[in-house]
Amino acid sequence: MMELDPLLLSRIQFAFVVSFHAIFPVFTIGLASYIALLEGLLYRTGNPAYEQLSRFWTKVFAVVFGMGVVSGIVMSFQFGTNWSVFSYASANFLGPILAYEVVTAFFLEAVFLGVLLFGRDKVPRGTHLFAACMVALGTFISSFWILSANSWMQTPAGAELRDGIVYLTSWSEAIFNPSFFPRFFHVALASFLTGGFVVAGVSAWYLLKGKAPEASKKALQMCLIMLAIAAPAQLLVGDMHGLNTFKHQPAKVAAMEGVWETTDGAPLLLFAIPSQTQERNFLEIGIPNMASLILTHEWNGTIPGLKEWAPEDRPHMPTVFWSFRIMVAIGLLMIIIALWGAWLTWRDRLVESKRFLRLTSLMIPLPFVAVLAGWFVTEVGRQPWLAYGLIRTADGLTPSLTGAMALFTLVGYVVVYAVVFIAGISFLIRIIRQGPDQADLSEDQPGAHAKRPLSAADDKTMA
Amino acid sequence: MELIDLTLIWIFIIGFGVFMYVFMDGFDLGVGILFPFASNDDQRDVMMNSVAPVWDGNETWLILGGAGLLAAFPLIYAVFLPALYIGVFLMLAGLIFRGVAFEFRFKAEPHKRRRWDIAFFGGSLVAAFAQGAVVGAYIQGFEVEGFSYVGGAFDWLTPFTVMTGLGLVAGYALLGATWLIMKTEGDLQTLAYRIAGRMVLTVLGVFLLVSLWTAVAYPHILERWLEHAALLWIFPTLALLAGLWLWRGLGRRAEGTPFIATLALFLLAYLGLLISMWPYAVPPHHTFWDAASSPDAQLFTLIGLLFVIPIILAYTAWTYWVFRGKVRIGEGYH
Repeated sequence: MMELDPLLLSRIQFAFVVSFHAIFPVFTIGLASYIALLEGLLYRTGNPAYEQLSRFWTKVFAVVFGMGVVSGIVMSFQFGTNWSVFSYASANFLGPILAYEVVTAFFLEAVFLGVLLFGRDKVPRGTHLFAACMVALGTFISSFWILSANSWMQTPAGAELRDGIVYLTSWSEAIFNPSFFPRFFHVALASFLTGGFVVAGVSAWYLLKGKAPEASKKALQMCLIMLAIAAPAQLLVGDMHGLNTFKHQPAKVAAMEGVWETTDGAPLLLFAIPSQTQERNFLEIGIPNMASLILTHEWNGTIPGLKEWAPEDRPHMPTVFWSFRIMVAIGLLMIIIALWGAWLTWRDRLVESKRFLRLTSLMIPLPFVAVLAGWFVTEVGRQPWLAYGLIRTADGLTPSLTGAMALFTLVGYVVVYAVVFIAGISFLIRIIRQGPDQADLSEDQPGAHAKRPLSAADDKTMA
Repeated sequence: MELIDLTLIWIFIIGFGVFMYVFMDGFDLGVGILFPFASNDDQRDVMMNSVAPVWDGNETWLILGGAGLLAAFPLIYAVFLPALYIGVFLMLAGLIFRGVAFEFRFKAEPHKRRRWDIAFFGGSLVAAFAQGAVVGAYIQGFEVEGFSYVGGAFDWLTPFTVMTGLGLVAGYALLGATWLIMKTEGDLQTLAYRIAGRMVLTVLGVFLLVSLWTAVAYPHILERWLEHAALLWIFPTLALLAGLWLWRGLGRRAEGTPFIATLALFLLAYLGLLISMWPYAVPPHHTFWDAASSPDAQLFTLIGLLFVIPIILAYTAWTYWVFRGKVRIGEGYH
């Protein structure tokens, strides 16, 4: 019988639950800001199109946020259940950071979400706008803390290890550790790109179908202007992030670029099949000297190869290499679409260009793929360390954990998340199919009644 | 830092946070546990809508419990979670299903609604049971070597913890019923009065049973009780008085008293538990002081929490005020 390895199973489980969780906040961070913006515009102008859009996207937000919340609760226990030695060792830093995330962000999001979802008719307009802003603010504060914690695991600073336990020497150095700022801005932009492309994609689809044309055109234009700034900006921030990684985690960059031997004037590989066991690439296609030029800003700059590190200290090159290429390819596609869309907006030919609208609606899943691919680059690239250079992944595992226990929960999470995900996506598709024209999804069902006949009627006259 | 015992302050903070969780998520889990007793969809709508705007904030106290333990008492975090591995998974799976049910139930097609009713009930039930089992496991103690759990996957699951698990299910059901008395009217309120009446007796019975069982099975706790009997008699007495207060409140159809009285019951049981186990964080070996993180980690977190928690309490109170009053059929969902 095959031996069940609790370490491998725990890694798969963590990768699974964190990937599943990550797709929700990365969408809701952008979407929360968009809803707050819509509420703000509604407050200033009183234009019913903004209320129609805000009501509609709040409905989407509720479903996505709900899935994000429940999968997030899982995350706060994963560290302890499967990585108890690591938790205990790093508690002096990670504990306070996560506690700060809960009290400064999670409560803000969760409590004001209630008012945002259920309070539209119970509180004054300004208060409702305030609730929307607090939810959006909460998502940002949350990403600040969690990215500080994650960056610290990538580039630990302001701390020392004594008897296997992390002790802080400087809180500011630890929180604002060397990779924090590039990572924070990279992820924040990714969230705006994700939210923006989903809203743009759905709006484009509505324009194709002729649904809520006024509001959809407005929404699409708003998104395209934002995306035309954010998508190219992401290229610059991503480059900064890459240079930062090159400085602090050169092994990860070697894996990203597919460099085995230390090379002067390394090519930028467009395609290759790296082999971890044979320590070489197959079928390389690249642009000469480009990788060196990007990373060192010199034509013949030196890039250390992965062979500089002992085999047990290397990240898995094929995963990192390909995840990186997927992320960059999607990023470039986003820039093209965003600039094309901005140009069409400027020439006011947005609604006529069916090809653009179709392509934009097809873009919806891609930002999520890019985010996960980027996440894999940075996390797999950190291996075999939990805290880079301090604590190895294998040493962080819970000692009492058996392979059977880990397998049980892994299968359990996969089943639970599959059910929740399939149901959630099917509800989202239904909400989106119905579109912002519909007053309320639940009205046509027995047991649920129109609660606000007036506002429902308003919606109809608007459409 | 000799002047102030940070660890002691942290015991109060974590103790407060855990109680906030038990009491706040307790009533909304309780509403889930009572879901099958509703006679129609309208009643289930009202039950769910009575907690829908606040459940998410309530559950955040659980996350604070997890993160707060990691920050202040990492040993508890690093022993309890591995020891309760399977139980924690069941609790989380339960919380996931009941959590998404809030949104999904109202968005499901009519014929699929039933399955989210079941998810809401089943998830609440399993989560409540698992949390009750944690209480029992804490009394039982953990097999620890150094700073790691070394026991088996199912050490936590014993007749005693099954008993405490079911006990907390009954306790949450009582909280849920008294919450519904406050938030509803008509048939549903009548139903809530009837259930609350039965649950009072069940919960008091569970208290008695768990206490007797603890006395027999864990002689070191009995010893402590007898040693401080002069002081400790006050807990069962007050619990009995709270029970009577609750019973009378139900009898004269008071709307707010039963909930407050249940709260008092929970608080007494909670304090009684902590005093019985004092000063052990990971019994039978490690005290809270053994389990503490480094003083500067405790201090760094404390400064922020002392500032932010009052603000959280203020805006939480404000939302409860926004959603005050009776929930009526047909109102609620956005």
